[in-house]
Amino acid sequence: MKLRALAHSRTGDKGNTSNIALIAYDIADYGHLEAHVTPERVQEHFREIMTGEVIRYALPKIGALNFVLKGALGGGVTRSLALDAHGKALGSALLDLDIPDRASTDIVRIA
Amino acid sequence: MRTVRLGAGAGYAGDRIEPALELAERGEIDYLVFECLAERTIALAQQAKLRDPEGGYDPLLEARMRAVLAPCRARGIRIVTNMGAANPIAAAQRTRTLALDLGLAGLRIAAVTGDDLLDAVRAGNFILEESGVPAASLGNRIVSANAYLGAAPIVAALADGADVVVTGRVGDPALFLAPIVHEFGWALDDWKRLGRGTLVGHLLECAGQITGGYFADPGCKDVPGLARLGFPIGIVAEDGTVEITKVEGSGGRISLATCKEQLLYEVHDPARYLQPDVVGDFSEVEMEQIGPDRVRATGATGSPATGLLKVSVGYVDSYIGEGQISYAGAGALDRGRLALEVVRERLAFTRVALTELRCDLIGVDALHGAALSGGREPYEVRLRVAGRTETLAEAVRIGNEVETLYTNGPAGGGGAWKSAREVVAVQSVLVPATLARPRVQFVEA
Repeated sequence: MKLRALAHSRTGDKGNTSNIALIAYDIADYGHLEAHVTPERVQEHFREIMTGEVIRYALPKIGALNFVLKGALGGGVTRSLALDAHGKALGSALLDLDIPDRASTDIVRIA
Repeated sequence: MRTVRLGAGAGYAGDRIEPALELAERGEIDYLVFECLAERTIALAQQAKLRDPEGGYDPLLEARMRAVLAPCRARGIRIVTNMGAANPIAAAQRTRTLALDLGLAGLRIAAVTGDDLLDAVRAGNFILEESGVPAASLGNRIVSANAYLGAAPIVAALADGADVVVTGRVGDPALFLAPIVHEFGWALDDWKRLGRGTLVGHLLECAGQITGGYFADPGCKDVPGLARLGFPIGIVAEDGTVEITKVEGSGGRISLATCKEQLLYEVHDPARYLQPDVVGDFSEVEMEQIGPDRVRATGATGSPATGLLKVSVGYVDSYIGEGQISYAGAGALDRGRLALEVVRERLAFTRVALTELRCDLIGVDALHGAALSGGREPYEVRLRVAGRTETLAEAVRIGNEVETLYTNGPAGGGGAWKSAREVVAVQSVLVPATLARPRVQFVEA
């Protein structure tokens, strides 16, 4: 399933660093997000775009993960040649990520 | 329990104006706060001030003040804003003139200065965080250096009876934190409360971004009334707990989802949100929907400020030249690709002095590259070539090589457009907080 089915996102920018907040619609899905949307997967997803590392911060009380993407804004918002210099659309690209289906993983766990 | 009601009247320099008027007239607010200063805005304002010593403040100051001064005066609503940009004193004087024009005598207007550290940064040995080189090495390319000041000078202005406080660069949340500190008499080393007040400011500072703006995704996240989006009101209790709401009947939506998105907007480590007044800790924040369009946030805290201030250093970085042209119908993608090849070859053949070049097809792979865009052929594509140069004259040549595709390139190109501009970029340095000397000056209408 697509990540978009379980979560929404918002992207922010500071210098050459982007942050993408990934928030579960239903807080019960937080564990599924935490298990499958790892910093490594996010780094792989954006490999063509970013030059630095991905750091993930967990906010279980609101069911959210905050990804900090270093070197993701073409050298920095104020000098980038990119059409979307702020990287505002990166969060939508993250929601296109494929993750294992929520229900089927539950069944696997029960089995 | 006593509360203070803060309204956010703008989330950026160009924001809509009438939602602020709606807050003033129907929001039952005590303070109306306008956050209008993006990272680079103050550098551009400094350039404007060099051209005109009476300029260098927000170009929409007059329009905003004209809309809200009278209704705020009638209801005792005090205004706090960073629309002073590079020239808070001129902005305060302009506001005074406007108040007199509107027949509002006796208005006390305060200007907060002291954020301008250009001389100190030019003379000092401060290392740019982003590039690792000394700021002074930028030489005469530096156009501005402004420290993010804290809430203290705004609190002082309010304590001295200011009806309007106009600042230059301050931490965005400080614009909101200051009225809260003033109203409740919080100590400036009460880190827990300052952390909570900083959360209030952070939630409100982007205005419509918490009331359903920048949120709608039809079918997944629907928001009613985006054309009449209401701006947020924060109702803050003495312990720093906040409830976010908006004027009844205004457009938009306030839900846990809208509030959570704004909570993390432009935040890196949520346990260490660095501000001049405090290090905010939002990592344990909890949110609860307590009514229609009403969310309560609790659990923020804070730890002592670092003693360092972030200073945004604006400098002339380079020039960017750009050109665009569209192709449509069968074969549009192939013609777009051919056009890109032609422009690349022309830029090399005519020896345009580039330091960086980017070629995209909008509608195909312009935003996120080939790997994420993958495969589908669109009906129309728009070529976009952008290049960096050391002079404006060179930058102009890039757009020209796109425009000449009209009569020299593939069939059917349309809607060519070109631009060339100076790039004022921003990097940052950290300086000891003691280097900045905030001051408050009053002008009276």
